[in-house]
Amino acid sequence: MQALVIVAHGSHLNPDSSAPTHAHADTIRATGAFDEVKTGFWKEEPSLREVLRTVESDEVYVVPLFISEGYFTEQVIPRELRLSGWDVSAWGSDGLSADTATFTAEDTGQTIHYCGPVGTHEAMTDVIVRRAETVTGDPDVGEGFGLAVVGHGTERNENSAKAIEYHADRIRETGRFEEVQALYMDEEPEVDDVTDYFESEDVVVVPLFVADGFHTQEDIPEDMGLTDDYRTGYDIPAEVDGHRIWYAGAVGTEGLMADVVLERAADAGADIDSAIAAVREQTRETDVDGETPAAGD
Amino acid sequence: MTDVGSTPLDVRDEQLDAFCDRLRTNPEPIEFDGLRATASDDGETFAVETPETRTGDLSEAELRGVASEGDVAPYVTNWYYWQEVVGHRGRHRRAFLRHAEAAHEHAVPERYDALESGMETEWGEIVVTATLASAGRRRYEIRHADDTGVEIGELDAHGDPLDAREIATYDHRGRYRPLKTAPSLVSGWVFPDLDGRDAVETLDVFYPASVANWNLEREGDLDVTHWRETAERQTGIYDVIEDLDPDAVEWVAEACCVDSQCLKRREWEYDGGHGLEADGGAGAFPCREPCSLVVAAARKWTKLEEEETHTYEFDLTPSEKEQVEAIVDAVADGRTEDIREADVYEGANRYRARFLRAKRFDEDGNLSGTPTKPDEDGMDGHHGDHGDDH
Repeated sequence: MQALVIVAHGSHLNPDSSAPTHAHADTIRATGAFDEVKTGFWKEEPSLREVLRTVESDEVYVVPLFISEGYFTEQVIPRELRLSGWDVSAWGSDGLSADTATFTAEDTGQTIHYCGPVGTHEAMTDVIVRRAETVTGDPDVGEGFGLAVVGHGTERNENSAKAIEYHADRIRETGRFEEVQALYMDEEPEVDDVTDYFESEDVVVVPLFVADGFHTQEDIPEDMGLTDDYRTGYDIPAEVDGHRIWYAGAVGTEGLMADVVLERAADAGADIDSAIAAVREQTRETDVDGETPAAGD
Repeated sequence: MTDVGSTPLDVRDEQLDAFCDRLRTNPEPIEFDGLRATASDDGETFAVETPETRTGDLSEAELRGVASEGDVAPYVTNWYYWQEVVGHRGRHRRAFLRHAEAAHEHAVPERYDALESGMETEWGEIVVTATLASAGRRRYEIRHADDTGVEIGELDAHGDPLDAREIATYDHRGRYRPLKTAPSLVSGWVFPDLDGRDAVETLDVFYPASVANWNLEREGDLDVTHWRETAERQTGIYDVIEDLDPDAVEWVAEACCVDSQCLKRREWEYDGGHGLEADGGAGAFPCREPCSLVVAAARKWTKLEEEETHTYEFDLTPSEKEQVEAIVDAVADGRTEDIREADVYEGANRYRARFLRAKRFDEDGNLSGTPTKPDEDGMDGHHGDHGDDH
């Protein structure tokens, strides 16, 4: 018996916060790769303190649906899950390379394979590109397009910027987009000035956030000038300073995120190869003709 | 799943096969819920005993016949359901399902009689009804207690436990429910035909971890974490809550944890040596630790409680003083929506509140024109933080 537990932040105020976590759990559950798939939250229920006791399996893969290594992945989650003997050195990470470490949960006695966050996995690069495909409705998007990967910045966590740059570099190296730029909310180069950083007329903007919320739905659209008031909405694409901005919203809502969760569990030893292949295909919203339900509206 | 032509008291061939196999392959006798069955050492003859029946020296064909007969059949299908269908993996699930038919209190024949008409278990605002289906299989129906007695056809029927997630997300006014055990679960739905696994899964979506914690408590193994320990564990923006005064923790429990606000039964206290006076409630399942909502609210109260009291002078008529109290009561009890528009006899009536504001507030919103912080110009005291980012 092997179980997957996806852990995420959640919210007391906004149900959208946990919606992607539930959606990805549902996708993975449907593959049948795990005997059980559960979700646990810092701000919702079951809490991180109690999620493991809802799991019947003795062997549990825990994947944090967080963007970067930091306070939550290194302190809050291991503490609340009661991982016996946890120390961040177990991951031996440089801030981007946490993969997995195995512990016993003190209260339940289960064997816990505690994985690094989804946001720093190399497969996350594919999700950002997939998000660009989804928002443009073009499975081959790239030619003539710039791509901005947007993060919070270093104010709270220096690893946050590392993750943004890591994926921006990887996408740039593929040569698929004309230009690729990492932008931030609270440091230079700032997302407010997005059009200053691109020559391409069309720019896809993908925020590296787990869920849509205040930052992705209010701050960033207003900061970029897509709208004066987020409540009135904005066009996709929206015209800003002679550019067409294709604003993708939080990357975490992209169906392919389920693949990154599976990759994390597979790296930790879960036997789920066929599920990974299935999820990669099922979560594609654009088809070969470029038809998509997601573009523009 | 339906079994055409099969009644609750029938025994299916596969059940008899499992029964015989078990006796032949395992030298230990079957001893379960009043059923005792053994095989001879050579596996050729069998004996079956129930409180009502005693047989021995049976061939396999005779065993199958006896096991299918009226008195013994319920014991055999009962054994099959609990040992082969439910099994022992998932001890909390098994314990709950046994509880749902009071298996420890009633012998099999009485239980089967009771299950024919349905056995109900209240779980928060939910009622679980266990009934007997074909060949001793159990089925479970889950609905809101407010919908007891309502025809199934008048309720929205669901089959997937995960449907409960959407039902539980919003209250009847469409507001997000961050606390799943708040007594604000909407009614009007039913899960009419769940197996044991899905029944427990459904409950676990409505009231996460409630089954596990209930069973841990029942087994004397519930890991209660008291306020003090929870507060001291916090880091980041919540590390301040350990400074909250014990009196204020009492008010937190009274504000947040009574049955009118949360259906879990509070088992945590201030610490192992100091209880809290506030009513912990009478719910079926326990609350083993201050939840994240309590911790987040306590952070706000910790900051607010740092303020010193200040003597203000307000001019209010006696009725206006009582009206202020009535407004606080109405908000605290969640009654503002229930006060009728023209019911000006209620202090918390909207027109009454608007009249008070028109009369007693100045243009800056200060009661009786009294500034909140007389020494600081321009401070209106109405600022606050609203996020739950961390």
